[in-house]
Amino acid sequence: MSTAHAEHEHHGAPSGLSRWLFTTNHKDIGTLYLWFSFAMLLVGGSFAMVIRLELLQPGMQWVDPNFFNSMTTMHGLIMVFGAIMPAFVGLANWLIPMMIGAPDMALPRMNNWSFWILPFAGTMLLSTMFMDGGGPNFGWTFYAPLSTTYAPASTDFFIFAVHMLGFSSIMGSINVIATIMNMRAPGMTLMKMPLFVWTWLITAFLLIAVMPVLAGAVTMMLTDRNFGTSFFDAAGGGDPVLFQHVFWFFGHPEVYIMILPAFGVVSQIIPTFARKKLFGYSSMVYATASIAFLSFIVWAHHMFTVGMPVAGELFFMYATVLIAVPTGVKVFNWVATMWQGSMTFELPMKWALAFVILFTIGGFSGLMLGIAPVDFQYHDTYFVVAHFHYVLVTGALFSIIAAVYYWLPKWTGHMYSETLGNWHFWCSVIFVNITFFPQHFLGLAGMPRRIPDYNAAFADFNFMSSIGAFGFGLSQLLFLALIIKCIKGGEKATDEVWEGAEGLEWTIPSPAPYHTFAEAPEVK
Amino acid sequence: MSQASGSYYLPEPSKWPVIGSIGMFIMLFGFASSLSDKTPLVGEGNLTMMYVGMAIIIFMLFGWFGQVIRESESGAYNGQVDISFRMGMMWFIFSEVMFFAAFFGALYYIRTLSVPWLGGADNNAATNEFLYNGFTPSWPLNVMPDAAAGGYSVFKETIGAWGIPALNTALLLTSGVTVTLAHWALKKGNRGALTFWLFATVVLGFVFVGFQAYEYIHAYSTGLKLSSGVYGSTFFMLTGFHGLHVTIGAIMLTVMMFRSMKGHFTDENHFAFEAAAWYWHFVDVVWLGLFIFVYVL
Repeated sequence: MSTAHAEHEHHGAPSGLSRWLFTTNHKDIGTLYLWFSFAMLLVGGSFAMVIRLELLQPGMQWVDPNFFNSMTTMHGLIMVFGAIMPAFVGLANWLIPMMIGAPDMALPRMNNWSFWILPFAGTMLLSTMFMDGGGPNFGWTFYAPLSTTYAPASTDFFIFAVHMLGFSSIMGSINVIATIMNMRAPGMTLMKMPLFVWTWLITAFLLIAVMPVLAGAVTMMLTDRNFGTSFFDAAGGGDPVLFQHVFWFFGHPEVYIMILPAFGVVSQIIPTFARKKLFGYSSMVYATASIAFLSFIVWAHHMFTVGMPVAGELFFMYATVLIAVPTGVKVFNWVATMWQGSMTFELPMKWALAFVILFTIGGFSGLMLGIAPVDFQYHDTYFVVAHFHYVLVTGALFSIIAAVYYWLPKWTGHMYSETLGNWHFWCSVIFVNITFFPQHFLGLAGMPRRIPDYNAAFADFNFMSSIGAFGFGLSQLLFLALIIKCIKGGEKATDEVWEGAEGLEWTIPSPAPYHTFAEAPEVK
Repeated sequence: MSQASGSYYLPEPSKWPVIGSIGMFIMLFGFASSLSDKTPLVGEGNLTMMYVGMAIIIFMLFGWFGQVIRESESGAYNGQVDISFRMGMMWFIFSEVMFFAAFFGALYYIRTLSVPWLGGADNNAATNEFLYNGFTPSWPLNVMPDAAAGGYSVFKETIGAWGIPALNTALLLTSGVTVTLAHWALKKGNRGALTFWLFATVVLGFVFVGFQAYEYIHAYSTGLKLSSGVYGSTFFMLTGFHGLHVTIGAIMLTVMMFRSMKGHFTDENHFAFEAAAWYWHFVDVVWLGLFIFVYVL
């Protein structure tokens, strides 16, 4: 029997809807993840447009405050769990087997399940918007007691949606680890793996470690809401701050879950267009592992103002600032890779460079927030909003877009439209800075986050920010147009696609055949 | 690393994952709907939709595992597939460990930090003075910080460690031995002994669950409930989730027993048995943590 399936019969893709519903092919599943995440990006983005529309001018303009709160909540949840995370899992699905010379993911049926939970979880989450009392309105961090005692009835649906999303992430991560540890081609030793594979290996470990903790947090919320427990209720001996500890024990590694694969993507792209090997490969690996380790012992820097003991403030401050060291190693290595390289600036490189510069700005504002005494000033202001949007939009999202430009010719077999791509890039980069840079000033001046109305003194910067947001939102439609155009046709892509590209995925034809590496390649 | 013999088994497209997702959605949507009369589809307390979802999930589990068992018995899997399965189970158990860690962490935080703080410990004198005046921390916590707030069930006694819980500890530790004896019998190819020791393990597991149920009934009759403030919350959530996992583990081992009786497994190829045994040891270890931190200390 072990030989009967050796020459796998189905070489082409099956057709119709059942292809996508029942598929066990890593490329199909990667495509599903990427399209799902793009759809969620547009949904979450439209929520952001509502937020910025309301904030265009001071005073109550368009929506009622409760709906505004559910917009900020859903925007955060949809972007984190619906757009950024699934996009990286989609990239992992497409790329990891091709990069390590494996025929597919290690557990293909479970891979399908990891994806197909997502649309159902997303439906559950979005359905809350149409229920009595409205959707979740307590912010994406769902702090108790806002999410327990004072939350709308629909919160229980939100809780189960989070359970489903977590289940999907855990299964996806188990698959990634099993694939990387067990499916590498002969000769592909750990320290020869492309950095994207390395960062995903560590990300998957983080996901398996913290998604169950999130499940624990929402389970305690569920029983506090419905079954009389007192985990987060001081009157019964619990503590609302306990919620924050449990949540951020998940939440802090979570933000690295969203940025480590981004580091991986950028570490693939920069060497290609600098036409040099990545500077300091092994230090990149160790830096990634260090960041992952540190991510477990810094969570309370999100909670400096809750009244922790001073020893706690100090410990979490020092541990937090320590993260700057491995992160600095990474930024240094990217710059050193480009040093004296034969640089060209195709679109993936443009996005990667924007990532390096703008993510670093987000990293610096993170350092400011990490200093406990000054965080008392910045906490829950627009400075925080500016910080994490620099890290997540110009960081995580930009790297995802860079990755799409970089590998799109491999996926579709066509080159994208350079003109459209340049419009998309320049519009995005200009508008994203118009959106988020003024928010630093708003925050430093004291404008709190998650409010629908504000002091007239903040009007000018808010107006700028809203105009930037509309521009950035519209620019993403160019991206959609570019992708559709590229799928439909365009200049034929070569197998190698990029002159300086290295790695197994560039040795196979473009578009990548439905099954690759049925025979494991030899890696020297 | 890839094996010399045969290529990696890539399954055909499968309908089971989508069926599982649909079942999961219906089950959880039904459960959430049953919790409040303000939510759609079914009224408060109506669990019909949830049971429909559960039935779909059970159907999916039978179908999916059945297919995997057939593929395994037909020899479709090579050694490399076996390693993937082992890694999958290992990391799944690790995720379960982290789930319990959240609840153990909550217990630790409540007992050593937040309850003493409510009583004014460290820099929280004002909390006690102005919010919970007169509250004296204790564990088990039976007099709530907010004496005026009603609705907390006062209990007459807690479950002592050296009664049923000690007996349950002995039961689970013994079952850890019997499952190992089953493994040794399997490696020697002694199918009768394998089935026997599996049977013994499953019986010990279900007796454990029975005792646990008896203990719960006793606790509820003396006023110790989920709503007994944070002591009842941590006690029932930790032991309850553990009991659920013992039940799942016992069901897994029951399946292994029937498979053994059907002649499945060889001394070389018996990953499913080992996975169930690992899971069983995992619930065993969690119980030891519970016994120490929930019952003894």
